Amino acid sequence: MENLNGYLIVSAILFAIGTIGVLTRKNAIVIFMCIELMLNAVNLTFISLSRHLGHLDGQIFVIFIMTVAAAEAAVGLALMIAFYNNKESIDVEDVNLMKW
Amino acid sequence: MDMISIPVVNMTPILPEIFLSVLAMVLLLINVFGPSGQKSYLAYISFFGIVATAVLVGAGWGGHIESFSGSVVLDNFATFFKMIFLLAAGLAVLISDQYMEREGCNHGELYPLILFTVVGMMFMASGTDLMTIFLGLEVMSVSLYVLAGFNRANKKSNEAGLKYFLLGAFSTGFLLYGMALTYGATGTTRIYKIASVVGQMTLPSANIMLVAGMLLMMTGFLFKIAAVPFHMWTPDVYEGAPTPMTAFMSAGPKAAGFAALLRILLVAMPTLQVEWSQLLWVLAVLTMTVGNITALRQDNIKRMLAYSSIAHAGYALVGLTAGNGTATAGILFYMLSYTFMNIGAFAVIILIAKKGETNGNVMDFAGLGFKRPVLAVAMTIFLFSLAGMPPTAGFIGKFYLFSGAVQKGYIWLAVIGVLNSAASVYYYLRVMVYMYMKEPTEEFEWTQVTAPVALALIIAVAGSMIPGIVPSIILEYAQQAVKLI
Repeated sequence: MENLNGYLIVSAILFAIGTIGVLTRKNAIVIFMCIELMLNAVNLTFISLSRHLGHLDGQIFVIFIMTVAAAEAAVGLALMIAFYNNKESIDVEDVNLMKW
Repeated sequence: MDMISIPVVNMTPILPEIFLSVLAMVLLLINVFGPSGQKSYLAYISFFGIVATAVLVGAGWGGHIESFSGSVVLDNFATFFKMIFLLAAGLAVLISDQYMEREGCNHGELYPLILFTVVGMMFMASGTDLMTIFLGLEVMSVSLYVLAGFNRANKKSNEAGLKYFLLGAFSTGFLLYGMALTYGATGTTRIYKIASVVGQMTLPSANIMLVAGMLLMMTGFLFKIAAVPFHMWTPDVYEGAPTPMTAFMSAGPKAAGFAALLRILLVAMPTLQVEWSQLLWVLAVLTMTVGNITALRQDNIKRMLAYSSIAHAGYALVGLTAGNGTATAGILFYMLSYTFMNIGAFAVIILIAKKGETNGNVMDFAGLGFKRPVLAVAMTIFLFSLAGMPPTAGFIGKFYLFSGAVQKGYIWLAVIGVLNSAASVYYYLRVMVYMYMKEPTEEFEWTQVTAPVALALIIAVAGSMIPGIVPSIILEYAQQAVKLI
């Protein structure tokens, strides 16, 4: 594959966008979407490296990451529902019961 | 047409994991179809399952079997850590039933989730492929997110679960990006192959992709062991989560994080040791100091122990910074004794607290020494061990960690560690002052020590004392365990 760097740069930019999103957004679901964006940036890195190196390890890794992300989404949304039931909000500003 | 040949795999290294996973799934079914209401029998089944798994794991001591084309290994290092995880889970199961009954959230799913967490941690310790380690970490984390938020009706527990989930998933992103870059720099995900590729590089520290990958991976694991500056979630999650789960979380996953860190740093990247040990030097000092200083001003005892657990991660990081035989054996020893003393301390906290997790302040221990002398003595032993006073296990563990650092020439690191340890005595002694020197304000008549909790307390007291008096019984195993890595 002749243009590895292009793919790596795109995925690095995606990863950075996801990170900035997590740090600046207030809505728990939007934060979770940003985390998913980070994971997909990683997937893109793995797939382009896998093509470049000429073996399948990286692509197998991506399948596992997608599976795990699905499991994480199921648990995460359930936790958000439990939080919403008690607080009527999923704004992370409202995650404020415990302070040092 | 070519036939796909199915490789012959040796299942022996993952037998304990298979057994535990099957048991957990059976328990889930029993929970649905079994009698409703009482859930204690699930605790007993899981406890005996954990004991049986420990026998299975122990039988593998001394062997060295690689399987699944080198992505899982059965060696003494993995076996030692698996024993720590099983111990943490066993103690957590013993102290859970009474607490969950009192808080009114005795859902049967608790026990399968604990078992799944253990399976994940076991794969972190025995995985020799980044993929296996990642999967183990996620199996562990996803179960822990649920366990932290297990008390659905409690707002603090909700917050703990949500916070742990968001920050944990965030740190997973960094870990994975690190793994991807390491894969790109070395062309493989197998730890031993990474080791040989990195070993052949003339100047590995000049390979930006590799160094970035290593740093990002370390970020992910340092988050799991609650090292500064990735510790911000710890106090909130530990305070909000149900107390038995806090006990479990502070012992098991921390040990699992160290298992994975030790394997990746010492096996895969020993040629980069100069670079990562400099970084860990700074982090160890920060982690110890921030943990101890913040713990000084905590009134809530769960929160105090959360900050103290950050400090303990710092002591273990001292050992990792040194990275020699004495210090790594010290890490294993320390993780084991920390499991005993910390879960023991949380067990006493569970007994002192009232429904709704009230009565959880240091002041609420006032007069415990007069009203419930046996409990107070047990708590004293745990606190002495946490503070690192002789003749407890905590002292011996710290002794090996710091002497390893001195052997490697990190004199200042050891000095800072000892000073920190001295500072920590203040907040542990404060609890003892309340127990023995203040007038009792409560009668503690609600404090019922049920048989499982009593068993857990006895095991924890024995585990905090005996290795302190005869360290060799644990230390010999720890030394054999680190020989292979």
